[in-house]
Amino acid sequence: MSWSETLRTALEAISARRLRSVLTTLGILIGIAAVMLTVGLGQGAQQTVRDQIGKLGSNLLIVSPGSSTTSGLRGGRGSASTLTTRDATMLSDPSVAPDIAALAPVSTSSQSVVAGTTNWTTQVVGTTPSWFPVRSRTTTDGRFFTSAEESAAAQVAVIGTTTATELFGRRSPVGQTITIDGSAYSVIGVLDSIGSSTTSDEDDTVVIPGTTYAARLTSTGNAASISTLYLKATSQQSLSAAYQEAHAALLVSHGVTAASADFTIASQESLVATATSTDRTLTILLAGIAAISLLVGGIGVMNIMLVSVTERIREIGLRKALGATPRAVRRQFLTEASALGLAGGVLGLALGYAGARLLPSLIDQPVTIEPYVAAGALLISVAIGIGAGVYPATRAARLAPIDALRSE
Amino acid sequence: MSASWGSQILRLTEVSKTYATGSLEVAALREVSFTVEAGEYLAIMGPSGSGKSTLMHILGCLDVPTSGVYELAGQDVTGLSEAELAEIRNARIGFVFQQFNLLPTLSAWRNVALPLCYSGTPAAERRERAVAALERVGLGDRIDHRPGELSGGQQQRVAIARALVTDPSLLLADEPTGNLDSASTEDVLRLLDELNDSGRTIALITHEADVAARARRTLRIRDGRLEDLVTSGVGA
Ligand SMILES: Nc1ncnc2c1ncn2[C@@H]1O[C@H](COP(=O)(O)OP(=O)(O)OP(=O)(O)O)[C@@H](O)[C@H]1O
Ligand SMILES: [Mg+2]
Repeated sequence: MSWSETLRTALEAISARRLRSVLTTLGILIGIAAVMLTVGLGQGAQQTVRDQIGKLGSNLLIVSPGSSTTSGLRGGRGSASTLTTRDATMLSDPSVAPDIAALAPVSTSSQSVVAGTTNWTTQVVGTTPSWFPVRSRTTTDGRFFTSAEESAAAQVAVIGTTTATELFGRRSPVGQTITIDGSAYSVIGVLDSIGSSTTSDEDDTVVIPGTTYAARLTSTGNAASISTLYLKATSQQSLSAAYQEAHAALLVSHGVTAASADFTIASQESLVATATSTDRTLTILLAGIAAISLLVGGIGVMNIMLVSVTERIREIGLRKALGATPRAVRRQFLTEASALGLAGGVLGLALGYAGARLLPSLIDQPVTIEPYVAAGALLISVAIGIGAGVYPATRAARLAPIDALRSE
Repeated sequence: MSASWGSQILRLTEVSKTYATGSLEVAALREVSFTVEAGEYLAIMGPSGSGKSTLMHILGCLDVPTSGVYELAGQDVTGLSEAELAEIRNARIGFVFQQFNLLPTLSAWRNVALPLCYSGTPAAERRERAVAALERVGLGDRIDHRPGELSGGQQQRVAIARALVTDPSLLLADEPTGNLDSASTEDVLRLLDELNDSGRTIALITHEADVAARARRTLRIRDGRLEDLVTSGVGA
């Protein structure tokens, strides 16, 4: 029997028992949709992670004051910090840390910013011009401050897009004046928008020279302390070398041992890895459930195929009497089972895509369905159909023609 | 046994068939020997349970004898594989059953074309030959009807068309009129007469003497044994 005739016969057999066929495919349908969504959630999360790493630069190391065991200390406003501008100066020496390309000491605090009659509380960052390349930021409007302005402790500010909108609405911020803690600053640039990270809105910020920050926003005793030190390694490959150099140099200069370290160095990737490790466990769990539902779907197909063989025993006998070889009979039932599987797969794919559109708005998680995942899902559904069909088809093929014809 | 192989289409030599059901052994056929010439019209008669259907299954290669030799058109078919037997059934034998055995979801012509699907005939030719066979049995105007839309007699004629479509050497009919009224019976029997007149070999199983009377020769079977050889020249 030709393939086209076999396929036609299989499709006719399926559509002759339409309701039953639909119910049979339901198991595979749900399984495939579930697999696609869990894989899609996992890949969506990975995509988010990649985006975040991309935002901050993958060569980035973040030095925070306080040991990992007393991490509550991270750069509190006005509090004394174990991290100072001297650490920054030391690490910027290439003979101390050859694998560090650039660094940016950062002091931050939450401040009330006033523009005219508008008042907005935001994160004020005091840093050096190297903050731009280290954090991979650019300005969409105006410019960043220069080394000269930093040396002179100039009262200039670069602001994020959210801050700009809050303070100035649609007006152009560049050339305007803002007041922070009683001092006036002129806005010289607007940062490019990078959206929010997991913790904060990266676009809601005011960046001013570190010297200005030290002079005007810190109490005299803390002028040299900083809240974070961003280190940029020369390349992604030298990231761990840069880590070692910074770690060793800081231990020596702070006069502490590794066990009593008063600072923490984290890489962007390690932060993200911690954030997503719980996601991964969940993904594996969900994928397991999806796989089980696929298995159950396969058993459903097998069950229905066995019923079908029993029901159509006379038809099988007749076909054999008319010249169907065991191989032709087996092929026919296998085709039918894989067509059922494929139908479940196609419907599951549709449900999966629908879910991928709907789910992000419900659980606030991105779902990414790659084409190869969709293709893989279809292959799996056909494979399940074939797997479930082997036993029933073999049984049909082995039926003796007279027994099959004789049965009522 | 002087006839040449060319004219002998069937030859059974001491064919026996024993069914084993649990510990019980039923001898359905006991050392049956006979030959059939090409172009013969043979009736097989006997009481219920005498082994008629068993004989027909063996003649039709649907079952194999427990012992003895069965040759179909000179070929010993005992010991052939399932697939080889399927090919022989497809190419050489046309079956007509008491229950018609049409597939209810297929139209008349697709039922008739079924054996051609298994012989690898191209699709266009299948339809052409199926329609020709339906015309041959007088159902040229019913090719797209489903079995449920046809009378019993018409269904049996579709089944005969299906048996004819591969142009087989042998037509086997197991009580083909058993489910039909007298008018339809007459239609079917006339069709078989015509087919035999045009040279086709027919073996017909029946209970009814007047049906058997249409054949040129009648084999009587009782308790799995051939009773005697009656050659009837009395036809209708
Ligand atoms: N598959 C089987 N298993 C066991 N015994 C069987 C089987 N098939 C037939 N028989 C037995 O073989 C004998 C012959 O049966 P068969 O069907 O050939 O009779 P028959 O002459 O066709 O009868 P009927 O006129 O009622 O159709 C019967 O005794 C029957 O019980
Ligand atoms: Mg019988």
